[in-house]
Amino acid sequence: MSKTVKLRKGLNIPLLGEAEKVKNSVEQADVFSIKPPDFHGVMPKLDLKAGAKVKAGDVIFHNKYVENVKFCSPISGEITEVVRGAKRRILEIIIKADTNIDYKDLGVKDLNSMSDDEVKNYLLSSGLWPFIKQRPIDIIADPTQTPKAIFISAFDSSPIAPDYDFILHGEDENFQTGIDVLKKLTKGIIHLNVNGDGSPDKVFTNAKGVQINKIYGKHPAGNIGTQIHHIDPLNKGEYIWTINPQDVAIIGRVFNTGKFDLSKVIALTGSEVKTPKYIKTIIGTSIKNIVENNITSDNVRIISGNVLTGDKIKPDGFLGFYANQITVIPEGNQSKFFLTDGWLGSGCSKFSISKTYFSWLMPNKKRKLDTNLNGEIRSFVVTGEMEKVFPFDIYPMQLIKSVMYEDLDEMEALGIYEVAPEDFALCEFVCTSKIDIQEKIRQGLDKVQEEIL
Amino acid sequence: MKSIEKLLRKFEPEHDGKWAKLHPVWDAFYTFMFTPDKTTTSGSHIRDGIDLKRTMFTVVVALIPALLFGIYNTGHWHFASLGETTAYWDMFGDKFLYGLIRVLPIVVVSYAVGLGIEFIFAIKNGHAVQEGFLVSGMLIPLIVPVDTPLWMIAVATIFAVVIGKEVFGGTGMNIVNVALTARAFLFFGYPTMMSGNKVWVGELSENLDNNKVVDGFSGATPLGDLASFWSDEPTFSSLADFSEHWTLLDSILGYIPGSIGETSLIAIGIGAVILLITGIASWRIMLSFFAGGLLMAFIFNQTATNPFMELSPLHQIALGGFAFGAVFMVTDPVTAAQTNTGKYIYGFLAGLFAILVRVFNPAFPEGVMMAILFFNVMAPLIDHYVIQANVKRRIKRLKIKQA
Repeated sequence: MSKTVKLRKGLNIPLLGEAEKVKNSVEQADVFSIKPPDFHGVMPKLDLKAGAKVKAGDVIFHNKYVENVKFCSPISGEITEVVRGAKRRILEIIIKADTNIDYKDLGVKDLNSMSDDEVKNYLLSSGLWPFIKQRPIDIIADPTQTPKAIFISAFDSSPIAPDYDFILHGEDENFQTGIDVLKKLTKGIIHLNVNGDGSPDKVFTNAKGVQINKIYGKHPAGNIGTQIHHIDPLNKGEYIWTINPQDVAIIGRVFNTGKFDLSKVIALTGSEVKTPKYIKTIIGTSIKNIVENNITSDNVRIISGNVLTGDKIKPDGFLGFYANQITVIPEGNQSKFFLTDGWLGSGCSKFSISKTYFSWLMPNKKRKLDTNLNGEIRSFVVTGEMEKVFPFDIYPMQLIKSVMYEDLDEMEALGIYEVAPEDFALCEFVCTSKIDIQEKIRQGLDKVQEEIL
Repeated sequence: MKSIEKLLRKFEPEHDGKWAKLHPVWDAFYTFMFTPDKTTTSGSHIRDGIDLKRTMFTVVVALIPALLFGIYNTGHWHFASLGETTAYWDMFGDKFLYGLIRVLPIVVVSYAVGLGIEFIFAIKNGHAVQEGFLVSGMLIPLIVPVDTPLWMIAVATIFAVVIGKEVFGGTGMNIVNVALTARAFLFFGYPTMMSGNKVWVGELSENLDNNKVVDGFSGATPLGDLASFWSDEPTFSSLADFSEHWTLLDSILGYIPGSIGETSLIAIGIGAVILLITGIASWRIMLSFFAGGLLMAFIFNQTATNPFMELSPLHQIALGGFAFGAVFMVTDPVTAAQTNTGKYIYGFLAGLFAILVRVFNPAFPEGVMMAILFFNVMAPLIDHYVIQANVKRRIKRLKIKQA
């Protein structure tokens, strides 16, 4: 039973720098990294030390709390360094790559002859498990639970987002294998949610064993949290697993080839990229070869991911595990004089959902937005602005406030199980008081996980 | 720009230095001149262009038509009381100048006292000066009668900012509207001076003492005249007489005495349009407030036992502070209901009560202030029930699942 969801609330931020639909490749990077902070809630316990030689697919570390969740090297080479931060927290494990990738032999698997448990154990031991995330809490799925459903969002509605219809075109076989793998993990439905306003590629429309739902509307229509809320909302005590479509294809590819091949296509986007385009690369790659000589100035912010939820990285930093996009936007570290482009200016270059700046007369003009906070942090004063971009039957400001005063019962009553930080990205964007809402929601979710689940 | 910024930076007190306590003061001036170079650190890397300064500034801009009209209107009624003018738009320069001389000091006192207190609390508590008072400081002059002594304005502002706002934690934390707190303080703190007919027209009491006032000029506002229908000696013998003297058109155009900024529906309407287009004020509250007021006035109109109740609903809401309250007071986001459903209920009930209190409280010929203050206090309760309904929906969904 396919469902159609039409959303009235939301916001598409018109940004410059959408990737041109060509798939390029760049020279393979010499260094790769796997970054434990990408996996929220994982306490890394190293299996290998600096100096060890690895093949692609060798286990580098596992989660101390859930020992069978393994994290493997995306590349063959030598572990050169373990970068640690405050309290000896592991930030990056850097691997110097061989020129030719040497894959650990996992063996081609025949899904039909595997039991559900065998599939699960294979995913865990081969290092594919971290691709599967869970709601509530938005962390790597707990392998001891059975989800009531699995959700895949076949499109990304965030600003200048990569187009999965383009990326996955022709990957039908791997994608289908990936779906078949996921079918072994749940008794429930696998929801594949496609963009109602677009024309989904046949890789999605031909997929078997899934329920295809159509979602219409502005961002966050493509967010998995929005889709879950409108299709099969999460109640207390239930679990839903989620996975990115490109990662479904990666899982399928590993099953089909027996090689731990984490190559994917990412979009290089943003107003400061000279030629925005799609690039074939491998998870964890150094972005040096990708961004070098392709950025307009030095004073930029490079983001692994999209502008609303991504992580800031250095020009020689590494692509995040879940990222499908690198975005480069101008850094906003210049003060703005109040009459020219500050708070009393005409604001023609600013973007705002309120119509207090004259830029509202050109709502569809593609804009170049920088990272300036555009104001100072204040108490909550304005109400109703978050509700305009938050298509949930949840009161966003009240939930955020309950997190701020750490009232667990209230968080639970107001629906914290249904949300993830990324669902609040637009609320954070529009907030007049410039409060870091995603961070607050993450703290709330951590608290809930610690005290209740 | 760079040189101005350098100059400002030169005066920045060190955070651990001798003048560290004064950093919020410097910060207030600096951030007034420059939006700081602060960038996003976590979460969304780009942010909406709006900030609280722009929000508050937009409201102040929306108040300017009412302020300008109020200045002129003050001048007109002063000269009308002296019998020097009868037509509304003659002696334009004199009237405007007189109004300016009377109103500007009130604006200055209100801002100086209020912002002074904001700065003191910012220094004391070591937080940034928030912009809330930019609007309150303009609202206070517009909702007081012109003959309110300046010292009273100062005392009322101090009371409103300290007791109405700072004790609750400052901007964004207050329960009741700051400007209305100041007005309520005036009316209950100095009842003998503030009630009656003499405060609404500039220098009326002095001129009365000197016998300079033209015969038959009482200085009463239309609402005062209406309230007199409850007494044994009404000013007008019938509603028809009243409507002839104070026509509906007069109150729409604002050619009536009253608090400085509240009289002209046209001027307030321009402000309303600005607030609604920019999306700063909630149309839900505004609309439902008018709906509530009209409904109550209609009910009275149908069940009238005296001429005041008989007044047509349209005329009823065109009088007094109803429109000003609807556009600028009841929509204050901090003290209004914060949920969208709650906003409809809150606005509607506040409008209903505004007319109810106005008509049935002869001692006090305006109900808007009381109604809004009352529903400021009730707003959290309205929100509570709206949110509980949402919570119950979620629990019910879980129960259906388990059954």
